Amino acid sequence: MNLPTGREAFEPRRPTSKDVAWCPGCGNFGIRNILISALAELGLKPSEVAIISGIGQAAKMPHYINANGYHTLHGRAIPIATGVKAASPELTVIAEGGDGDMYAEGGNHLLHAIRRNPDITVLIHDNQIYGLTKGQASPTTMVGMKTPTQPWGVFEEPFNPIALAIAMNASFVARTFMGYFRESVEIIKKAIQHKGLAIVDILHPCVSFNKVNTYAWYREHTYWMDDHDPHDREAAFKRALEEDPLPLGIFYVNEKPTFEESVPAYRVDKRPLWQREPKLDLVEKFFEDKKA
Amino acid sequence: MTEFKEDVSIVLGGAAGQGIQTVEGILTYALKRSGYHVYANKEYMSRVRGGINTTEIRVSSRRVRAFVKRIDILVPFKQGVLSWVSDRLSKETVVLGERENVEEEFLGRVNLVEVPLTKLALETGSQLYINTTAAGLIVGLFHGDFGAVEEYIRKRFGSKGENVVNKNIEAAKKGYELGVKLCEEGTIRVEVGRDEKVREEILLSGTEAVGIGALAGGMNFLSFYPMSPSTGVSTFAAQKAEEFGIIVEQVEDEISAINMALGAWFAGARAMVSTSGGGFALMSEALSLAGMAENPIVIHLAQRPGPATGLPTRTMQGDLNLVLYAGHGDFPRIILAPGSMEEAFYLTAEAFNLADKYQVPVIILTDQYFVDTYYNLPRPDLGRVRFEKYIVEAKPGYRRYELTEDGISPRAVPGYGEEVVIANGNEHDEWGDITEEAELTREMQEKRAIRKLETIRKNAPLPRLIGSENARYLVVSWGSTLHAVEEAIEKLGRDDVAFLHFSWVYPLNPETKRFFEGKTVIVVENNVTGQFADLLKKELGVDVHHRVLKYDGRPFSVEEVFDALKGVVE
Repeated sequence: MNLPTGREAFEPRRPTSKDVAWCPGCGNFGIRNILISALAELGLKPSEVAIISGIGQAAKMPHYINANGYHTLHGRAIPIATGVKAASPELTVIAEGGDGDMYAEGGNHLLHAIRRNPDITVLIHDNQIYGLTKGQASPTTMVGMKTPTQPWGVFEEPFNPIALAIAMNASFVARTFMGYFRESVEIIKKAIQHKGLAIVDILHPCVSFNKVNTYAWYREHTYWMDDHDPHDREAAFKRALEEDPLPLGIFYVNEKPTFEESVPAYRVDKRPLWQREPKLDLVEKFFEDKKA
Repeated sequence: MTEFKEDVSIVLGGAAGQGIQTVEGILTYALKRSGYHVYANKEYMSRVRGGINTTEIRVSSRRVRAFVKRIDILVPFKQGVLSWVSDRLSKETVVLGERENVEEEFLGRVNLVEVPLTKLALETGSQLYINTTAAGLIVGLFHGDFGAVEEYIRKRFGSKGENVVNKNIEAAKKGYELGVKLCEEGTIRVEVGRDEKVREEILLSGTEAVGIGALAGGMNFLSFYPMSPSTGVSTFAAQKAEEFGIIVEQVEDEISAINMALGAWFAGARAMVSTSGGGFALMSEALSLAGMAENPIVIHLAQRPGPATGLPTRTMQGDLNLVLYAGHGDFPRIILAPGSMEEAFYLTAEAFNLADKYQVPVIILTDQYFVDTYYNLPRPDLGRVRFEKYIVEAKPGYRRYELTEDGISPRAVPGYGEEVVIANGNEHDEWGDITEEAELTREMQEKRAIRKLETIRKNAPLPRLIGSENARYLVVSWGSTLHAVEEAIEKLGRDDVAFLHFSWVYPLNPETKRFFEGKTVIVVENNVTGQFADLLKKELGVDVHHRVLKYDGRPFSVEEVFDALKGVVE
């Protein structure tokens, strides 16, 4: 049997994977298209890609794309993706989730993934609201927005993932708005190709629960950085602090050794862990040494 | 004159940081090399400096593997040690040490043999050598092989330079000569037979047995967050990471540790996490994911008393219920609890085959007492270690959660085969996609929680029976209490008392029930309610007639088990 190639290869063919649970008009459709294009244009095959997601609407992605996938727990996509990549470095590993998934429940894992620097791509579907649980504030909801659970209006300072990542000297930091298809494909391709942890904050509207940050709002309140050098950390940090309009593009690129390069497991043996066998000769040697 | 025969229990006590571990190391090494059977275990306070830590070393002419309450020789390195162990002292106990380290109130009550440890150490150049001097002294009492003492000191202090090595050897020599002199002048007499075979055996701790067992089972990934008393296993693995070419990562929290290990297994690694009760509590969310996604995982849990922080450096078998019920929803798991170093080695290795085959969490329950215990044993037979791999290739049409009769679906890993693998923590169809369909939900629940569990259950090995099948009394233990119960029953010397030990704790093979028929059942366990006794009732409908429980954070001694059993059978 010949499996399809190109964009077609990433279209799911399983019986229930066409039953998409996103609302009509949801930004997640656009992100799905962008991701499929990026994977196809990079010439990848579905069996070479693993998408690890958390919980939430964004996290349903593995069911709507034909690639290896693991739909896991709220906030835990990053450590799981780290384990997948560490065990099988040949895979292209993507951790995917929403703003609640990555910045609230999984915030600690994000911080430490930046320190650990596994060669994975973290895509955050940032719609500044909780969609699946019906409209509560998320860590990126703007101050003043009233929600069913913040009826007095949100007063917490919104999370600034870009500034945070640059402050922690992350390896690759970018922001895009999914309404810009071609630009977003290019950014995600670069993020996947980047060696090290790549964080892409993807702005997208929630048509059901966020009536403030709409398609039109994102177009009006964002701009592309044309004259920015992503290797300049200070400049990147300055840009990251801009609030309105929000800059889009690659803020910061910092080449450094990855987790998989740093562990001793691949220094001599390059095979993924599943191809390996116990080293009983070394166990025998251990016992021999214990005799003395 | 005080005489000790065949089996001597030596306890050394001092402040954390006074070098008790060094003494323990020298003694066990040198005495084992001299042909004596040795056993060692320590107890310590949750602090880095000060307090009182003790170590018990048994030296015997026959195999010894359990903790005894009795102290034959006590070496105190500071004031307060005698009070700390006062309930273990008797008229026969010889206190070897300096008068200033013996509290006033004990001066008339113990058999004090004054030895000028400080003076001898100072002659060598510094008070720091007091522990090496003491170690030499004990080896001298046994007329042990001084060459082995020198060898140990060279290994242990070699990196600190020739001067440190020579000074320590000199200090040990002074102690050794004094020990020999004490025997010659008839102050103390020690008569313990030597066994030439012991020299060829290995010394292994519970920590090492679990660690090396994992490596023999093909463990190639370990993620952890440090927590006493489990950290030793992670440290062991980290020390071996370069040699074995494996990944060992200290992560931000236990939640990350287990999730990372789940990811590694998803991609085909053989991963383990090592933790204690409090850390495992944080892992229970991911345990549930492992249950739903049928993601294999091996968890080593070294128990300590809870709830919450409990007693961080002490022991209890109190987390059986935690691992039995942790996680939301129904899913099978396997719980193993080694009682000997051999069991810890073989079971930990086998845990990886079991996780791979059944795609369930496999939990290895040890405890502080077990991981900190060590003794000499014959070298394990690697011929008994099996490496069974169950990974299949993802061919077109592959279904990760295929409904099967025995409840076990074929597990492929991403990148092996041209088809994709979808795993899911949501209820799912055979391909791994989300479903809310009622009939499919029912089938998937049954596949995991009934059919798979039954498959595991009927393949579960039976417990080990020592003694007659027709005995009137059946003493039951699980995990780390094995040797204390074994020695107590031996001491009891009654052929109407049999012993049933469980190292495979859950699920229990239904055939296990026959061992209990017509017997008076006595369960010995290191917790306050008798969690395993309750499990026997729930799983097999077995009635437990007597529960012998201990829950003060200390392990069972042979004497305590003996007294308790005697009370029941007489």
